[in-house]
Amino acid sequence: MRRPRKRQSARISPRSTLRADVWLMRHLQVALASLGRLIRTPLSTLMTTLVIGIALALPSGLYLLLGNVESLSGHWDGAASISLFLTQETSDAQAASLASQLQRDPAITRVRLIGRTEALDEFRRLSGFAGVLDSLEENPLPSLLIVEPAAERAEPAAAEALLARLKQYSEVEFAQLDLQWVRRFHAITEIARRGVIILATLLGLSVLLIVGNTIRLEIQNRHAEIEITKLIGGTNAFIRRPFLYNGAWYGLFGGISAWLMVGISLLLLDNPVEQLAGLYQSGFRLSGIDFTTLLILLGGSTLLGLIGSWIAVGRHLHEIEPA
Amino acid sequence: MIHFDNVTKRYPGGHEGLSNVSFHIDPGEMVFLTGHSGAGKSTLLKLIGLLERSTRGQVRVAGRNLTRLGRGQIPYHRREVGMIFQDHRLLHDRTVFDNVAMPLVVAGLGHIEIGRRVRAALDKVGLLCKEKNLPVTLSGGEQQRVGIARAVVSKPPVVLADEPTGNLDPALSREIMNLFEQFNDVGVTLLIATHDLELISHMNRRILVLDKSRLARDNAAESVN
Repeated sequence: MRRPRKRQSARISPRSTLRADVWLMRHLQVALASLGRLIRTPLSTLMTTLVIGIALALPSGLYLLLGNVESLSGHWDGAASISLFLTQETSDAQAASLASQLQRDPAITRVRLIGRTEALDEFRRLSGFAGVLDSLEENPLPSLLIVEPAAERAEPAAAEALLARLKQYSEVEFAQLDLQWVRRFHAITEIARRGVIILATLLGLSVLLIVGNTIRLEIQNRHAEIEITKLIGGTNAFIRRPFLYNGAWYGLFGGISAWLMVGISLLLLDNPVEQLAGLYQSGFRLSGIDFTTLLILLGGSTLLGLIGSWIAVGRHLHEIEPA
Repeated sequence: MIHFDNVTKRYPGGHEGLSNVSFHIDPGEMVFLTGHSGAGKSTLLKLIGLLERSTRGQVRVAGRNLTRLGRGQIPYHRREVGMIFQDHRLLHDRTVFDNVAMPLVVAGLGHIEIGRRVRAALDKVGLLCKEKNLPVTLSGGEQQRVGIARAVVSKPPVVLADEPTGNLDPALSREIMNLFEQFNDVGVTLLIATHDLELISHMNRRILVLDKSRLARDNAAESVN
C-alpha cells in the first residue's frame, strides 16, 4: 500500500502521484458508483433508457430493413440479364461458338443459349400456334443468348456498358437490357439510404439532447454535493467524472434496449415474411443484427451518451461555485 | 502562514467587503476574527479559501501568492485550507463517515488509508460511535463536530472557521473551542471568525477586529500566546 506523504504531497500535482493501477481502480469505482446510482432510481433510468432506445431503434431498424431489401435485390440480379437476339443468318453452331466465347469474358457470369430450333419448339409448346408455325417454310425465330453480367456489373451503368460492347458483335441483331425497373429500384434504395442517414443523424442528435438534459437535471439535483466537493478541493475532472460515466451508461443501456427492440420486431416480422417469400417460391429470410453491427450500435450509443453528458457538464458545472 | 498586504475587495456595485487590510499570521497561531455583521469577516475568510479574489493587494497563504494562482490550481490550494461553516455544509444523503472521508477521496487516497484517517478524525471529535449515522440524526453540536472532522481529516496546515459556534449554546461552544485549541497544539494555524466576544475574551489569543471593512484593532502585541 502506498504511504501517502503528508504536507508535501499537495504541492506537487496529485495526478503524477497517482499510480496507473490506483487511477484505474478509481475510475472503476466511479463507474460502478454511477451505475449504482442509476439502479437506485430504476423508474427514471428505465424511462430515459427507453427514450434513447426508441430513438436508436428507428434508424437501426430501418438500416437493417434496407440491408434486407438490398440482399433481396441480389436474388433478382438475374433479371438484369441481357438478351442478345442473333441475326437470321447465324446458324445454331455459330451461335454456340459465340456463346462459349462470351462465357470466357470476365464481365459475364453465365451465358445461356436458346437455339433457333429450341426457341421454335418452346414457342410452339407455349403459344398454342402449333398449326400456324408448322405451315411456315422456315423458322422465323432467331437464336437467343441470355447473358448474365458478373455481380459487380449488375448495377445499371456497368450493365449498360456491357450492353454497348455486346452490340458490336456482327452476329447480334438486337440486344436488349431491361434496365428500367433495376434503375428505379436502385434509385429508390438510394433515397431510402439517404433517408436513413438523415433520420439517424437527427435521432442521434436527439439522443445527445436527451442525455444532455438528463445530466443537466442530475447536476441541478446534486448542486450541494458539487459545491461542497469544490470547497474541499475537488478538481473539475473529479466532479465531472461521475456525470460522464452516467451519460455513458445511459448511452450503453439505450443501445442495448434499441438492440432488443429491433430484435423483437424482427421476430414478429419473421414468420409473415417467410410466408410471403414462400408464395414467391423464394427462400428469403430476414437477417438480424450481426455482431459487428451490434458493436457499432453499442459503441456509438455509448459515445453519444458520453458526448451528451460532456456538453451538459461543460455548460453547467462552472456555473456552480461555492460562496 | 497567512499574509494580507493592503488587500481590498470590492464587489460589483461598488460595495467594499474589505478596505486596505494588512496583517500576518505566523504558522501555528490561533487567531480570532471579530466584528459586527457585515464588517468583512466572511469576505476575509473567502479570500483565503479562494472563494473570492481580491480586487487589490496581495494575499499569500503557505507561501503561495493567491493573486497569481490559476483556476486549475484552486482545488489544490483548497486541500491545504480546511474550512468550517456555521451551517456545517454536510451532505445529508451520506453517512458521517462518508462526509468526513470526502477530502481524502478527492485527494485520491486508498480506502484503507481513508478508513484509518477518518476514524482518527472522528475519534478526535468524539463521534466515532456515530460514523454510520446520517447527519440529520445528529444534534447541531454533533453536526458541527462532523464538519470540523471533515476540515481537519486531511491534516491541512491552515483551518478557517466561519462562526463555528453561531448556533450553539455556551457549553457546546466551549467544547468546540477546546477542540480548536487541541488542533492548535499540534501546529495547525487557525483563523476563527466569531462575534462571541464573551467566549473568546477568556482565551488569551490574538484577536483581529474588523470594523466597516477595515482592520480596526490587532492585539498581536498584547497576545499572551
